[in-house]
Amino acid sequence: MRMNEAWKKKHNAEIRPGTTITGKWHGKRYVIKKKLGEGAIGSVYLCEVNGREKALKISDNRTSMTVEVNVLKSLGKVQGNRLGPSLLDVDDWISPFGTAYTFYVMEYLKGEPLSSFIQRNGSEWLGVFMLQLLDDLERLHASGWVFGDLKTENLLVLHAPPRVRWIDVGGTTQIGRAIKEYTEFYDRGYWKMGSRKAEPSYDLFAFVMIFLNIYYPKRFDKGLEPEKTLLKRLHDVKPLRPYIVPLKKALQGKYASSAEMKKELMLIFYQAQKRTNLRKNRRKESMPHFFTEVIGITVIAIGYYLFSLLL
Amino acid sequence: MKKGTLKQILLITDGCSNKGEDPSATAGLAYEQGITVNVIGILEDDASQQPDGLQEVEDIALSGGGVSQLVYKKALSQTVQMVTKQAMTQTLQGFVNKELKQILGPEKSLEEMEPEKRGEIMEVVEDMGETCDLEVLVLIDTSASMTDKLPTVKEALIDLSISLNARIGRNRFSIFRFPGKQQDMEKVFDWSPRLDDISTIFPGLTSGGITPTGPAIREAIYQFGRKSLMRSLRHENERGMEEEA
Ligand SMILES: Nc1ncnc2c1ncn2[C@@H]1O[C@H](COP(=O)(O)OP(=O)(O)O)[C@@H](O)[C@H]1O
Repeated sequence: MRMNEAWKKKHNAEIRPGTTITGKWHGKRYVIKKKLGEGAIGSVYLCEVNGREKALKISDNRTSMTVEVNVLKSLGKVQGNRLGPSLLDVDDWISPFGTAYTFYVMEYLKGEPLSSFIQRNGSEWLGVFMLQLLDDLERLHASGWVFGDLKTENLLVLHAPPRVRWIDVGGTTQIGRAIKEYTEFYDRGYWKMGSRKAEPSYDLFAFVMIFLNIYYPKRFDKGLEPEKTLLKRLHDVKPLRPYIVPLKKALQGKYASSAEMKKELMLIFYQAQKRTNLRKNRRKESMPHFFTEVIGITVIAIGYYLFSLLL
Repeated sequence: MKKGTLKQILLITDGCSNKGEDPSATAGLAYEQGITVNVIGILEDDASQQPDGLQEVEDIALSGGGVSQLVYKKALSQTVQMVTKQAMTQTLQGFVNKELKQILGPEKSLEEMEPEKRGEIMEVVEDMGETCDLEVLVLIDTSASMTDKLPTVKEALIDLSISLNARIGRNRFSIFRFPGKQQDMEKVFDWSPRLDDISTIFPGLTSGGITPTGPAIREAIYQFGRKSLMRSLRHENERGMEEEA
């Protein structure tokens, strides 16, 4: 839900750079440095504690904050690469004016939005991020959760090496339940292409919408025939052509798991690789545009993907 | 904890009531009887300032123990489902808080609890919200000014049913409009688990200029009462038959 305007004003007056937030229960002190962003239920600040930079999310909405904290705690127990930022502290703060806030402190993820990364570095990075995201989704689903509100705004690309990470677990829902929070453009229910039950295929639909959103930053309406609109729009994006078959299947809910989708994407990379090898052997023929595009994708995708597995 | 049924009235309007008793008073009456009243006020797309008439929206929800939200037509779908879910959580939290006070003493509530405990309690509230049964009586203002908004209301209600039917718990919806042709309120869609097929009832729903919000809420309370009365009668009958058999 959109933040209440009056509350937002009050909030901005009470929390500014330099404000010290002292936890009511655990007594830790955090110095606010700057605002990182504002979401549906609260604001996120960069803060400093013991000389280290952390992200602090604060809100007066106890309920939603508590739900998010519960999710972050569960995700913290999943093995392997972190799913979502790690949680460091949860506490309350009573402002000098007497307003009661709840806040939690998490790892500060320094990165840039997915779309600006792609714009700067080119679409050959698409494959890497697809594989990384599918990997994370696979582990998330295996631990009994669905991300739910998967969208471009909830992803950051960390640098050196580029690794896509998700923030904001507000929509993360246990498998089999009703999706907690969603954004229309990414929601298959809105597109009349499935239910709002938390299942792996719900995330895979949103996954495709993330990549569409990169090429349609203003998004688009569903029109009278939502599925037709969607497939047409997908078809029109040239950089996504190489992956169109699995992307289309994901939109139509044909994958029961991210592993299944990942397997088919990998196959596309390997086949492209094989074809280019063949061509190399037959010596320099002029290469059709499509193949040059795919070579780039293959080398970078496989390379970086494997590299990110080692981290 | 016993699995219960939450009862909600969802009032969708674009203006102020102008006939009959104060709707806030009747909403309070509903709340007394365990029915939450949520209100959605639809704003004109070009309205820059908040119309005075819509203060009533907040007042009704406040005394009805529910949630209110002013919204432009475009965002109606997402708002309707969020208001409904938020109100469910609010009601369930109220129950849990009451139980907690009984166990832990009057000064203990969710707010005064340390974050770890609060987390555990929220898990219980979430579980209840997912599994409880829900009855929503939708009350649509069909006065003349609503005409151009009704197609969006229809979409939003179908969308609401998609959201709620993803839950584990069962749902029942019914739709009433006010004013009706003869009375203050009139049934347009009988209790049903889904709202997928409401398209046919929507054309030609608009009517005259009066907005009897208060009387309509009172009538809605009666409809809820009637429903549970019928159910308990049916229950009695079934039991009677079992005994005979
Ligand atoms: N751990 C983090 N590190 C860096 N920036 C963050 C972090 N968490 C959130 N942000 C920033 O704050 C913004 C809003 O936070 P978010 O959690 O999405 O709020 P909400 O859940 O209320 O929508 C994000 O879009 C992002 O820019």
